[in-house]
Amino acid sequence: MLASLIGFLGDFDLAEEAAQEAFVVAAERWPRDGAPANPGAWLVTTARNRAIDRIRRDRTLAAKTRLLELPETTEEPVDETTIADERLELLFTCCHPSLQLEAQVALTLRTLGGLKTEEIARAFLVPDETMAKRLLRAKRKIKAAGIPFRVPPDHLLPERLAAVLAVVYLIFNEGYGGRIDLAAEAIRLGRALAELMPDEPEVHGLLALMLMNDARRDARFADGSVVLLADQDRSLWNTEQIAAGRAGLERALALGGRGPYVLQAAIASLHLEEPQDWQELTALYSELARLTGSPVADLNRAVAIAEAGDIEAGLALAERLELERYHYLHATRAELLRRLDRADDARAAYDRALELVHSDAERLFLERRRAELQG
Amino acid sequence: MKYMLLIHQGSAPTPYDQDAWGRLSEDEQQAVYADYQALNETPGVSPGLQLQPPETATTVRVENGSTLTTDGPFVAIKEALGGYFVFDADDLDAAIEVASRVPAARMGGAVEVRPVVEY
Repeated sequence: MLASLIGFLGDFDLAEEAAQEAFVVAAERWPRDGAPANPGAWLVTTARNRAIDRIRRDRTLAAKTRLLELPETTEEPVDETTIADERLELLFTCCHPSLQLEAQVALTLRTLGGLKTEEIARAFLVPDETMAKRLLRAKRKIKAAGIPFRVPPDHLLPERLAAVLAVVYLIFNEGYGGRIDLAAEAIRLGRALAELMPDEPEVHGLLALMLMNDARRDARFADGSVVLLADQDRSLWNTEQIAAGRAGLERALALGGRGPYVLQAAIASLHLEEPQDWQELTALYSELARLTGSPVADLNRAVAIAEAGDIEAGLALAERLELERYHYLHATRAELLRRLDRADDARAAYDRALELVHSDAERLFLERRRAELQG
Repeated sequence: MKYMLLIHQGSAPTPYDQDAWGRLSEDEQQAVYADYQALNETPGVSPGLQLQPPETATTVRVENGSTLTTDGPFVAIKEALGGYFVFDADDLDAAIEVASRVPAARMGGAVEVRPVVEY
């Protein structure tokens, strides 16, 4: 509802106020007159009319007068497709590249996720006030700088869609680290996006990726430590979600998708099989690294090469990567060095990984591994 | 909406620096002139002014009633304003598109897009 109003009014604050007023009117009338046939549409229409009344009263604010040029709204309910389109437009507005990434994430969660400012602040470990200011600044910029409310035209779409997907995936990964609510929120956003843009393979790819990774959530931790994929209790995996993820991946591939999210979903799917096809995984990580230029993809390729049998080659690749401050690099080197019986080098690599790691569950895992070293 | 597009040359070669400008091929030089010309003729664009290089700037401050002048621009030389024009557009995306056609933006400089206050 809020998305629909913001899309129509071009103003976050006005939309929020109007929505609140509509709820107040509903609280008065519905018990007395009975609820309307389509309560959602009724609320949107009422809020729109309230907002227009307010704008008329508020003529001194020149910026809002342009809204008066819009056709008179009638009592006709808004149909659902309009609302869907407006949600999509709003998502592109929230993820506009002229806003800071943190602001894009916060705005998306606030306006499309419906999270409260305090909830977002808690999720990102910043004070409520900081988050409120961040949101306010972003809303002001949208208005003052004229950031459009629309789905970008075709020539801008790939780039802008990538920005939207990056925000959703970032929200998911914040949640994947343990804050479960955000992962669920990201999946909800991904589902909405897949409904709104059914022909975009990358959208299905991202949703599939999130579903398959999230399906292993309950198996990823035990006794406060991370559990590696190979050691996870598969009975804890959410098979329904895995099936939904694989169906999404199929759809993305059928649409001709071969972008970064489709590749990552394909990789996630292969990782759920036993035994894993490390040759195929190596090929997919190669393609991902080529496509994104990401050294993290290369690090994963190094692991796949080692798992496929050539530990020396995997280690050599890992050691060429410029990821000195990335704890997974050192954790990977440590593991490969251990397998090559180079215990001293492995110990040094574990030490470096432990210096850089933030999560307690990963720290515990690394400490255990280090203690297991022989010699 | 009106936007001012502020052109920062950064390390982009300009005719004021004959050495750097001379390293561009004849074709590249012509393309720079042609691109600025095309921008000025774009519907919605009000041609602005091109400024002399930042080395020619004098910065003025008044402290306790006395005027202090210093050589050079207010910001660092590489960050200084090189010129500007105004673009009347529907939204920020349209302004970004025009900004991306400014030669300085692809040659080591940047264009800042700022909405203009309108009453």
